[in-house]
Amino acid sequence: MGTDLAHTFHGIGVSAGTAVGPLVLVRPAPQPPADEPATTDAAAAWAQVQAVLEEVASGLEARAAGADAHAKPILEAGAMMARDPGLAAGIETQLGAGLGITHAVAAAVAEYCAMFESLGGYMAERVTDLQDVRDRAVARLLGEPEPGVPTLSVPSVLAAHDLAPAETATLTADTCLGIITEAGGPTSHTAILAAQLGIPAVVQAVGILAVPVGTTIALDGGVGEITVDPSTEEVALLAERKRRREAALAGGTGKGCTKDGYPVALLANIGTVDDARRAAAQPVEGVGLFRTEFLFLDRDTMPTLEEQTATYTEVFTAFGDRRVVVRTLDAGADKPLKFADLGPEENPALGRRGLRLGQIRTDVLDTQLQALAAAYHATGADVRVMAPMVATQAEAVWFAERVRALGLPKVGVMIEVPAAAIRSRGILYHVDFASLGTNDLQQYTMAADRMQGELATLLDPWEPALLDVIAMACDGGHAMGKPIGVCGEAGGNPGLALVLVGLGVSSLSMAPSKVAAVRTVLAAHTLEQCQQFAAAARAATSAAEAKAAVLAIADPILADLI
Amino acid sequence: MPTRQVAVASSVGLHARPASLFVQAATAAGLPITIAKEGGKPVDARSILMVMALGAKHGETVTLSAEGEGADAALDSLVDLLSRDLDAE
Repeated sequence: MGTDLAHTFHGIGVSAGTAVGPLVLVRPAPQPPADEPATTDAAAAWAQVQAVLEEVASGLEARAAGADAHAKPILEAGAMMARDPGLAAGIETQLGAGLGITHAVAAAVAEYCAMFESLGGYMAERVTDLQDVRDRAVARLLGEPEPGVPTLSVPSVLAAHDLAPAETATLTADTCLGIITEAGGPTSHTAILAAQLGIPAVVQAVGILAVPVGTTIALDGGVGEITVDPSTEEVALLAERKRRREAALAGGTGKGCTKDGYPVALLANIGTVDDARRAAAQPVEGVGLFRTEFLFLDRDTMPTLEEQTATYTEVFTAFGDRRVVVRTLDAGADKPLKFADLGPEENPALGRRGLRLGQIRTDVLDTQLQALAAAYHATGADVRVMAPMVATQAEAVWFAERVRALGLPKVGVMIEVPAAAIRSRGILYHVDFASLGTNDLQQYTMAADRMQGELATLLDPWEPALLDVIAMACDGGHAMGKPIGVCGEAGGNPGLALVLVGLGVSSLSMAPSKVAAVRTVLAAHTLEQCQQFAAAARAATSAAEAKAAVLAIADPILADLI
Repeated sequence: MPTRQVAVASSVGLHARPASLFVQAATAAGLPITIAKEGGKPVDARSILMVMALGAKHGETVTLSAEGEGADAALDSLVDLLSRDLDAE
């Protein structure tokens, strides 16, 4: 081990579990070197570039052959671009003008990117594909391996600055033992995906990229600790923690309830039909959040009523008589729909997203509701439909009328805007239930962008201000006799789950991999204890203090599971 | 040189999947083929980047030109392709 290298790193644990394995780095994109010589023999340089582009194209094709239906067309399009005669002509021109070899590639790509960006929409998104081809070609020209996630030949721990959703799409728990990133926050894509796949993960681990590739790394995705080149004792300690964790998790598969029998429904968050099938096989009491965006986001045209009906029917059928809470389309400027793009916005998170977009594009919302109604009538399932980003009573009324007019049995709203939490009583007067989207609720309560890793300290879900806002929302629910659930990441955190139950929520929805730990801690505490934890956490002056206060008075089993 | 004019029938215009299908067909013809918008500079029809950058929208007329043996037949089949709503198929 290098003398100047830290032995342990601390980040934020975002997906519980432990792992020990060799470190593999997700290579960053190389930059064309500043001191690159100018091209003097354009023909020779062109021959070299041509050979490299062909290698890039065949590499992408080989990956496409083994990819799933989602990744395949993206990889094939990349291969097509690498072999594109228009790109070739552009590079030849740049080489002819004397630009250095990697600079010529970058300049030709930049020209097309500028053109595509000015065209906007679908074309602007192709810029990412083109830049990917450029990065691969530049790396090869520099004699380096291609950037991105390398092929994992042995089970490894993956480290990266941050992972793009496309990069994480190919990871599986059998080869990827753990994920560590320098950037990212507790609600970043990496965190959500790792939890979904059950891969232990730590984000905000600054310095991890300085550790040499191949070094043995031990990580604990619960507490966020990383050990470089661990000693035998340290590995044994981690194994002991893992054993205790597994023993604690062996606590059964029944319905969620506290030690004194107070029921708390434990539900799954899902996004696709595949997710639904996997989650339905797990001991969960249904779905607390079905994100329907996946049906829409990659599409140039709106999915038809028939297609949507078929998809929803499949999901409802998978869960039989268990509940399925469906969130209507939550899109907006940060997740634009190609067929309903309202144009760029200064502050997408504060813009026309969620139900606000639904109120403008009523055709999109109504088609979705009609499909949900048709699937409900076909299956007779326990379907509950809720709207994202509701802020006012008027919005709740508008949505509830539309849903009820179609004969759907239950209508609710997401509470993710502080206004809706503060005045939940008025909103719940008009609907049957509410679900707290704690990720967005925290982002809006703290005025801190949840995708910005640097703001992670403001986005700790133990934040007492967030707990106060949740308490207000729950008070309104009690006053109206309407149930309030949680479907944000906080619901799957074993410690916070206890606090949330103490605050009055009646269901918790999370990545299916997190359900066992939450079930176990719930069964170890009474409702009254949960209420004490909630009071202790709200009495704290910081997130760290809130967490410490709860750990100090909770059963030790909680510490094993965090 | 044989040329053809055709209005783009795809509802999304000549990008995404329709562009990709068009470029694949043009490449398969094995001839130098160009495509141009009205009054615009002809570009290589075998380049997905150039074809997409052309930005031909639904209903816009494009001019196809090809040189060499079988040019007429190749152009006819490309015209046929562009006359269909590729995105809906």
